[in-house]
Amino acid sequence: MSKLTLKTEGDRYIVVTRRFGAPPEAVYRAHTEPELLQKWLLGPEGWTMPVCISELRPGGKIRYEWTDGKGDGFHLTGEYLELEPFSRIVHVERMHLPDPTPDNRVETRFAPDGDGTLMTMRMTLPDAETRAAMLATGMEHGMEDSYARLDRMS
Amino acid sequence: MANLDAAFSALADPTRRAILARLALGEATVMELVEPFELTQPAISRHLKVLEGAGLIVRRVEGTKRPCRLAPTAVAEIDQWLGMLRRALETNYDRLDGVLAAMKPEK
Repeated sequence: MSKLTLKTEGDRYIVVTRRFGAPPEAVYRAHTEPELLQKWLLGPEGWTMPVCISELRPGGKIRYEWTDGKGDGFHLTGEYLELEPFSRIVHVERMHLPDPTPDNRVETRFAPDGDGTLMTMRMTLPDAETRAAMLATGMEHGMEDSYARLDRMS
Repeated sequence: MANLDAAFSALADPTRRAILARLALGEATVMELVEPFELTQPAISRHLKVLEGAGLIVRRVEGTKRPCRLAPTAVAEIDQWLGMLRRALETNYDRLDGVLAAMKPEK
């Protein structure tokens, strides 16, 4: 399985890379088509994304709503800035926790890599207040579920 | 996060630096700090108040005691956040591997 790398670039950016065993077209589609996004962009086990809006054009709206099925949830809104099928997406996003976090500009690149794709995602490191709000969403507890699931798989 | 001006003036005092060095070994109550420093309890409490005001230590309530410990540094806090982000991304991308594998037969 391809390993994820996550590095900070200076004190303002985060760069994530991950290899996928599918061509850029498939990985790009999985990042932009609602019916595909709803299958994987979910976070902790038990969470679902009942609302997924992705207007695939520059200026098009993004809206993802997540729920844990027990009354807890939050949503994200954003806009696409630049789209280069199937190689590059630039968008801006903010989480509503429930107050909106500062805008995060995200650039995602998909480069052919053998018979797969190397994805490079560059995003802004949120400020301390935003990080604290994100840590407090209960994501941490969900992450323990993910660990448990990984343990069961190994 | 620590207020830098307050942090520097708090650190200017040798007793407060020594208290921080002791707390680097682990949490301590006021009474546990009185003994090694040979100071009165009110004197220790005053120092702790300055350290707390500067964001260098945090205190919790445990019955009638208020044990103190070093405040997590900004660097440690960012590491914790990045760790959460990494786990969230790993979980999602592992799921995405499955989605991509299922897309293949369509082609």
